[in-house]
Amino acid sequence: MTQEYWRWKEYNWHDEKIDPRAGKSISAGCDVGSVSSQAAIMVDGQLYAYSNMRTGSDSPNSAMDAMNWALEDTVLKIEDLHYVVGTGYGRVNVPFAHRAITEIACHARGANFMYGSSVRTILDMGGQDCKAIRCDDRGKVTNFLMNDKCAAGTGRGMEVFADLLQISIEDVGEMSFQVDKEPEPVSSTCVVFAKSEAAGLLRSGWPKNLVLAAYCSAMSHRVFTLLERLGVEKEFAITGGIAKNVGVVHRLEDELGMKSLKSDYDTQIAGALGAALFAKALYEKQQAGK
Amino acid sequence: MITAGMDLGAKLIKVVIVSDGKVIARVKKTSGFEQDVSASEAMKEALEQAGVTADEVDRIVATGAGRNFAPFAHDRLTEVGAAARGAIARLPEARTVIDVGAEEGRAILITPEGRVKDFAVNEKCAAGAGTFTEAMARALEVPLEELGALSLTSDKAVPMNAQCVVFAESEVVSLLHARTSKRDIARAVHDAIASRIVSMARRVSIKPEVVLIGGMAFNVGFVESLKRTLEMEVHIPEEPDYVPAEGAAWAAYDKVAGKAAVDVQE
Repeated sequence: MTQEYWRWKEYNWHDEKIDPRAGKSISAGCDVGSVSSQAAIMVDGQLYAYSNMRTGSDSPNSAMDAMNWALEDTVLKIEDLHYVVGTGYGRVNVPFAHRAITEIACHARGANFMYGSSVRTILDMGGQDCKAIRCDDRGKVTNFLMNDKCAAGTGRGMEVFADLLQISIEDVGEMSFQVDKEPEPVSSTCVVFAKSEAAGLLRSGWPKNLVLAAYCSAMSHRVFTLLERLGVEKEFAITGGIAKNVGVVHRLEDELGMKSLKSDYDTQIAGALGAALFAKALYEKQQAGK
Repeated sequence: MITAGMDLGAKLIKVVIVSDGKVIARVKKTSGFEQDVSASEAMKEALEQAGVTADEVDRIVATGAGRNFAPFAHDRLTEVGAAARGAIARLPEARTVIDVGAEEGRAILITPEGRVKDFAVNEKCAAGAGTFTEAMARALEVPLEELGALSLTSDKAVPMNAQCVVFAESEVVSLLHARTSKRDIARAVHDAIASRIVSMARRVSIKPEVVLIGGMAFNVGFVESLKRTLEMEVHIPEEPDYVPAEGAAWAAYDKVAGKAAVDVQE
């Protein structure tokens, strides 16, 4: 079998130290994106378990798979979840969700939890879109801009490049710094044209690292312009898969003249986490109304 | 009077020779690594075909991306200008030229003299160009040459949500998973490009008659989608790929005749 360089690791995790049976509220979020799906489960507002996997060809199954995987090896079953919120582009197709909330709202809410209440600007770099979000100290969205029409500046665009250069997507960021001098960014915006441009650079003798540097820098510039249009207010955080690509993150920080906040939480679960936080609030409201 | 036009593209070089109001030679050659060498060879062949000597040629105009490196050329003409002048030579009623190549799409509004009134170009995004069909043919596992004919057999409009070629590739895979037939997807692909081209053309306004040139003029599926989207007749000139080279030859002709209908740069 040929190696699939674009393929990133899928995983699940749960916290052994938490006894979910003792919790008053068990809330969950399920983020069905165009490329990846995540499920997050919280017990009394603390992250208990999560999963991250590739979205399949239909949303309901992907939602189910992600949630079942998050629940795997835990003491919980899907019936034990008190309240579930679906989010992401497939949010209306989460069969076990009580409610659907947009991923913009969920990302802001999730980032507020992950990075603390000082976050005012969030860049969510997803699989097929890129969003710049401004929020207040409670993680409520005040403004946002989004590119969902074009693969430039998205995870899918990076996957295409990883495949072209035959470099595992998880190594792209580190490798892009193994250059003596920072090259000019790839000039084409369109990923299709950028691919031809990169092929030309390789033919003319550029090493792969240098081409990766040129592409990471083009991508960072692309999302920089989106952030500029929205206006960046401190503190700044990046969520989504590309947040794990230091090649893009460091170059973007340089261009912005601002560091992004770091978190121990997985940057890809921001949406699912935000959804689980909304689920908790909605569950508590429901209980209070009874 | 004898004039010549050369179109130096990234892939192909075309030479057209015009004598006393008639095209007397047409030659096509691959650009190769040394474009100027190929261009000289193409010119030599064209002269042989026309039965004239180099000295008998009054003026030569070059167009295409490599026009600045064209040997022998007296003047240069932009690709847009050459397409406009060439289209009017083929069809005097032409007022809009749509030129869709592999990586670029253009819409040109022209005057009855073949001058450019206004134009729009898409060069940033592959979704409005021929490359889109290449990527989609690959995703569908259908040979590119068959994609157009395949889409003609469809009678169903399946919407494509993705505008981006990269996203459209995944969407095609999803459509196949959902058991959408390849012919309906092929049509959706051509409809998608047509809709992008038409919305670009509307920025400069579209006036009949409409002439389509460029590589996509050979794709019957795209032509059909374009007609449907425009709700207008679309004329495909015979050997549409020679239109810009011919336009250059006619621009040279105009200049020698003192008409100077098209602005050429010396």
